[in-house]
Amino acid sequence: MMDALDLLLNTNLWAAVLRIATPLIFGVLGALLCERSGVLNLGIEGIMTMGAMTGWLTVYMGGDLWTGLLVAAMCGGLMGLLHAMLTVPLGLSQHVSGLGITLFASALSYYLYRLIVTVGDLPPTIEPFRPLDIPILSDIPVLGPILFSQTMPTYLALLSVVVMAYVLARTPLGLAIRMTGENPHAVEAQGLNPIRIRIGAVVAGSALMAVGGAFLTTAAFNSFFPEMVQGRGWICIALVVFASWRPGKALLGALLFAFFDAYQLRLQTVVEGVPYQLFLMAPYVLSIAALILVARRAQVPEALMTPYRRGER
Amino acid sequence: MRLERRAHVPLYLVVVAPLAAVAVALILAGALIAAAGVSPATAYAEMLRGALGSRLSVTEMLTRATPLILTGLAAAVAFRARLWNIGGEGQFFVGALVTAWVGHSLALPGPVGIPVLMALGMASGALLLAGPAYLRLRFSVDEVVTTLLLNFIVILFVGLMIEGPLRDPLAFGWPSSVPVDGDFRLPDLVARTRLHIGFLVAIVAAGAVWLILARTVFGAETRAAGLNASAAAFAGISLPRTLMGVALLSGALAGLAGSVEVLGVTAGVTTTMSPGFGYAGIVVAMLAALHPAGVVAAAIFVATVFVGADAMSRATGVPSFIADVIVALCLLTMLVALLFTTYRVRR
Repeated sequence: MMDALDLLLNTNLWAAVLRIATPLIFGVLGALLCERSGVLNLGIEGIMTMGAMTGWLTVYMGGDLWTGLLVAAMCGGLMGLLHAMLTVPLGLSQHVSGLGITLFASALSYYLYRLIVTVGDLPPTIEPFRPLDIPILSDIPVLGPILFSQTMPTYLALLSVVVMAYVLARTPLGLAIRMTGENPHAVEAQGLNPIRIRIGAVVAGSALMAVGGAFLTTAAFNSFFPEMVQGRGWICIALVVFASWRPGKALLGALLFAFFDAYQLRLQTVVEGVPYQLFLMAPYVLSIAALILVARRAQVPEALMTPYRRGER
Repeated sequence: MRLERRAHVPLYLVVVAPLAAVAVALILAGALIAAAGVSPATAYAEMLRGALGSRLSVTEMLTRATPLILTGLAAAVAFRARLWNIGGEGQFFVGALVTAWVGHSLALPGPVGIPVLMALGMASGALLLAGPAYLRLRFSVDEVVTTLLLNFIVILFVGLMIEGPLRDPLAFGWPSSVPVDGDFRLPDLVARTRLHIGFLVAIVAAGAVWLILARTVFGAETRAAGLNASAAAFAGISLPRTLMGVALLSGALAGLAGSVEVLGVTAGVTTTMSPGFGYAGIVVAMLAALHPAGVVAAAIFVATVFVGADAMSRATGVPSFIADVIVALCLLTMLVALLFTTYRVRR
């Protein structure tokens, strides 16, 4: 019992929280952006897989790490465009299209990976993002190693939260996106095109999801393997609801989730006689519990999942 | 140019739509096969030969189609009522686990025990989906996320059981659960092949689901709930009761798939026994335009792709993941094809 509490005082744990939260932050921001414009994007799990594969592959083929993230974002954006074309102008079921994108993007990633890369006994590796030790700041006791010795994409994720919150809440573009998610007819009446806004939001959101996936292969690990996203995309979908569609709360949700994930990993080593699967289950169970707690009060964008057709009520 | 809803869907479109969708998907996947340096024509010929070329391969394909019919029915039933059950994979595993667990030590004669075990598999699948359905009705928690997350929880639970209390001490290598008693193994449908009478169980289930949907009040209520929930409620249909009924039926079908797979093929449960039967069931249901008879045909098609792709991969070196690509593409193209069966383009 004391050991379990001791873990909480370990700076290692808290540094891991930010690291584990990073892909979730990108993913949840991406999902949030899509949903704020009125489109549910269940393609997230596949888009993250595709980002993980393409980002890794770019570096493996000789690109640098940032090019890797950029290529991942572009591939994710492309998948988002496909989802947007099916669900926005064509108005097809967002549930089914999203699942289709997930199945397609993951299968395509695995296929291309197998085609291009020769896998021996172990998957090939790349040189991933190294943790930065920011001069002076990283020497601060406790806080230094936790906050100022992360990899660059982690800082990018934190910055994205601020940018997303600012754009959504304080700019005309953000207002247009939020309005499209609440009442696309009103957007049309303002002389804006809700269809274009939705397509743009889904493409941008999907690019963010893919960067989250790419973090897994270019910073958290250094190789790509099937099933590596492990439901992180679905957890992001749950986190959006938990965050009540707000970027700040989304960050909080991602950190909370990452804390439980990091803690259960370490708890496995000190608590004996409990099957490790129970620990691995905990994050999924907690996600469901969090949904139950907030779902009733959730302020769902009014036009979420309602396709918009001009001149049709 | 705009879309206009058709007042009447002509029969030829109902047949042509999935065929056109499959054709487009195969052409798109053909480009990926060509990228591997293999002629798509050769690859598809190898696939057909691998799945349908011999008596053995046909029975193997039908063995693969059996759980797909059942998970396809599970998705079709749920999607018709707009209950988004993406948890077919979890329900499959729960059905399989309970069947192996009870079937290992059940003291009943075979012909009695088999239906009992199938019923238990169905009940456990139904219960697993009843949870998310209840959460949706009581707390308006979206069932997509809960059913998806439950898949992960269930597979971890299966891992826990087969490495712990249900571990088969005689299994080498990968952990497996204890096998069901030999008396409960399903008899072969074709001698000396893996095809078992579970295939007939799946066909009967498709017939039963068709009867329920087309000929009962419950079927009419689910259709109404799916087409327009508020109109259905206004007409006096109890939505909570209908949706819960749909959830129980859908979960039971996916649970039956797991049960039949254990009794007919694997005997014990492993965490790798399903190559995504639950998720593929969604594609099967969509290709069938959510119709029970179509589900059988669509499941046979998807099984052909999966079994054929394995053989094709061995012969040509094209990664067998191409099967998943084809199946996923079919889902997307079918979605577009369905649009043209319900809408027409007007200038």
